[in-house]
Amino acid sequence: MASNPMDSSTLPTDDYETLISTTDVELLKRAWRNEKAAPEILQFETDLIQRIREQILLMDETVEEFTSSGIDPLTVSLYQMDLDRSQFLLRSYLRIRIQKIEKYMFHIESTDELWNRLSREEKNFARRCTDDLKRHLDETVLSKLPDNYQSVQKQSVISEDDDMVPKPQLDTFVVCRSKEYLTGIQLEDGPVDDRSKLFEMEPGVLYFICYKSIKALVESGKIDLV
Amino acid sequence: MKMLLKSSSFSSFLMAGQSVSALSLFSAEELEFIAEDETIEIIPNLRMEPLNLLCGDFGPFFPQIPTQVPLWLAVALKKRGKCTIRPPEWMAVEKLTQVLEAERDSQEMSEQLPFHYVEISRLLFDLARDDIPDVYMVRSLIEDIRDVRFHKVETDLEAFNGRTVAVKIKNLSAMEVNIVRPFIGRALQAFYKHDSPELIPDPERVSDRRQQVATTAPRRQLRR
Repeated sequence: MASNPMDSSTLPTDDYETLISTTDVELLKRAWRNEKAAPEILQFETDLIQRIREQILLMDETVEEFTSSGIDPLTVSLYQMDLDRSQFLLRSYLRIRIQKIEKYMFHIESTDELWNRLSREEKNFARRCTDDLKRHLDETVLSKLPDNYQSVQKQSVISEDDDMVPKPQLDTFVVCRSKEYLTGIQLEDGPVDDRSKLFEMEPGVLYFICYKSIKALVESGKIDLV
Repeated sequence: MKMLLKSSSFSSFLMAGQSVSALSLFSAEELEFIAEDETIEIIPNLRMEPLNLLCGDFGPFFPQIPTQVPLWLAVALKKRGKCTIRPPEWMAVEKLTQVLEAERDSQEMSEQLPFHYVEISRLLFDLARDDIPDVYMVRSLIEDIRDVRFHKVETDLEAFNGRTVAVKIKNLSAMEVNIVRPFIGRALQAFYKHDSPELIPDPERVSDRRQQVATTAPRRQLRR
């Protein structure tokens, strides 16, 4: 969000970013954008969401108190708008994750790494979804097929991998921005010693890049998706 | 989106396949929502206690004393006639004339406008036009700048080829990113796919290791 050229000349971008991104709402906004832009589901922000929930509840009570204690309606409406904005972010964040879970539930369920990224509620939801869909597919189609074709995951018993399970496309291109100067990003699956394929990122500059190559950096919070 | 679509041939070629909105990551409203967190200076005409909001603390507010607030707050007060908005420095005619010249003179995108310049200026034109000096001039300058910039992005896109694995897009604004994202994304993905040896069955290459090393040469050779 470091967009003001006046500021970027006096402060390095990363300092400026940390300076303005101290509120949890700002952090939630970052998490929301990353989640929206990433093709796969990211780690659930347990602590952040917990804090945001508490803040929203508290603010909701405050606004009610204001209304009943006759504080000027303009002030109340400003607090209400602030509350609405935070609630929108929270809802949208949770909703994007639910959409991803619905789309890739079998894949998430069978991959430990992804499964552990879900919150407790999301795990419950995913379990119910997969159970329902499995039962539905069994009852309507699979149980009527020959023995070799009854798996939800595989086309037939000779399939080597789970070829009936939708997976996120990790070679999607995303737009991203680094907070710091990064070097040695590997762009292709080739050998690491091939320097020509290593890529560097300047802080604050936007890049279109294959999600797969920067996946780890998004997960560690070094790169933000835009 | 309306404002953007009329601007150039660029957006229309993007329309050819699928609708832009279906492919864009952020809707125009969401982009506006993000831009509304940018700070702007207002001059209140009322007294108000400080606001301790979830998104930060602002105020106290005193008549005629300028203060910094997020754009959404400024707009809310403005709508109720409780403040005037001080347009950001980059929205002055003189400054914008310079930017336009710089944009025209170079193929590089100038870095003088904020990331959300399209959304910020549109919000201000819609809701605070009486606070912007020379509003017609400012508006037409910003439209010109936007067109020049889109045109440059368009020409930049022509330079893409199969060797493109990552693209540096210096100083592109939020709206511009959102518009080119579906196109560049799909184009790069297509290049990437056609370039991946494991996706192109080529018995000759698989059987000969040395041949595989040679594939780092320009891709065209593969077509023999």
